[in-house]
Amino acid sequence: MFFYAPLEIDQGFVQKIFYVHVPLAIVALVGFVVGGIYAIRFLRSGDRAHDLRSYVAIHMSLIFGVGALLTGSIWARASWGHWWLWDEPTLVSFLIVFLLYACYQPLRFSIEDPERQSRYAAVFAVVGGAFVPLNFMAVRAAQSNIHPRTLSASDNLPGPIALTFLLCIVAMGLLFITLCKYELAAKNTRMQLRSLKRRLSGEAPLQRGRSAAPQEL
Amino acid sequence: MRSAVIALVRKDLLAELRSFEAVPAMLMFTISAFALFHFGLDRSSLEGSLASGVLWVTLLLAAVLGMNRLFVTEREQGGFDAFLLAPVDRTAMFVAKVIVLFGFLVVVEVVAVAAFAVLLLEPGLGRAMPGLPLVLLLADAGLAVIGTLVGALAVQTRARDLIVPLLALPLSIPLLIAGANATAPLLARSGAAALEGRWLAILGLYDVVFALLAYAVFDYLLED
Repeated sequence: MFFYAPLEIDQGFVQKIFYVHVPLAIVALVGFVVGGIYAIRFLRSGDRAHDLRSYVAIHMSLIFGVGALLTGSIWARASWGHWWLWDEPTLVSFLIVFLLYACYQPLRFSIEDPERQSRYAAVFAVVGGAFVPLNFMAVRAAQSNIHPRTLSASDNLPGPIALTFLLCIVAMGLLFITLCKYELAAKNTRMQLRSLKRRLSGEAPLQRGRSAAPQEL
Repeated sequence: MRSAVIALVRKDLLAELRSFEAVPAMLMFTISAFALFHFGLDRSSLEGSLASGVLWVTLLLAAVLGMNRLFVTEREQGGFDAFLLAPVDRTAMFVAKVIVLFGFLVVVEVVAVAAFAVLLLEPGLGRAMPGLPLVLLLADAGLAVIGTLVGALAVQTRARDLIVPLLALPLSIPLLIAGANATAPLLARSGAAALEGRWLAILGLYDVVFALLAYAVFDYLLED
């Protein structure tokens, strides 16, 4: 990735961070929407597995979001920002979404009852997932007064850069999915281990299914 | 369902008229906020986008106060249980609370905008009509929907009063953006420019999407 794409004229080597920062941001936003979709499926079916997937998707997107914000600020400090599409308004709208989802976990763990917790978290995830595109549109509309927006970043990218960029987005998406599956597997295994331990020690098994909430008993 | 909604709205309005909790608090808050802005910005007259921004931020924060109070009596005095026992569609509570919060916001805004015109605004309000009320009404609808949703979500959690602003403010930012940008030319000193339809479209779209979403999702918040 770093050596295939040619050096960009204005910014030199620092521009390469764009291959990390933009896919992080895109995948994080898509992850939030996916979390919302799983939340809808949970609300409709009551199957706890969807709730767990929704939680993991949002959790992972938050981490990716932190990465996007950090790499973005590194990039911003090292250069003035080149394409119009990726300057202030996008940063601001992403920050708003990030602040909103940063409240997901506090909300989730401030409700004791696990069923209610999953339900409320799912409602929040659905609302947040709908909010992501709306917010993006609103912030973008607010800025088009000042700068004329160029069509899209990929129109501005010459061949090798575009190819590298696409590859990085795909790679970041796959990384996201892998990490989510990893976390899901870890959580499921831990829950199975706990229920086995409980059965070994002779306690009655919990009637509740899987939930992302830490069980208190 | 309509009679249930009417009954709930009447109950809330009567409770508010008898005890005067939410609306006077919101009003006092807006007046104090204007005073704070006067001292903070060190200006005695505002116009244009600055005036628009100050007005909208104040209204948004006052709305958060109203959202905090919206479901509290339901929680503390068993209103949720009583409502769940009644054989009515559960979204009646959603519609009723949206109407009540919308009403509170309209009352607060009528007084707050007048106070703003007297205290801080330099150009008169005359040229801002009828654009300003239109924008305010559209934004109020959105704030009412968000407020009901977030209020219902937060009232069952432990950190009730903290969660409401944390959730409601980011959700209301598109409303703030659209509203402030729409009213900025209306409050300009030298000749008010026309109201841009683009912001009204954004406000309307946001209201519709969130109203439908909240309507669909509210049932799950009331289940036991």
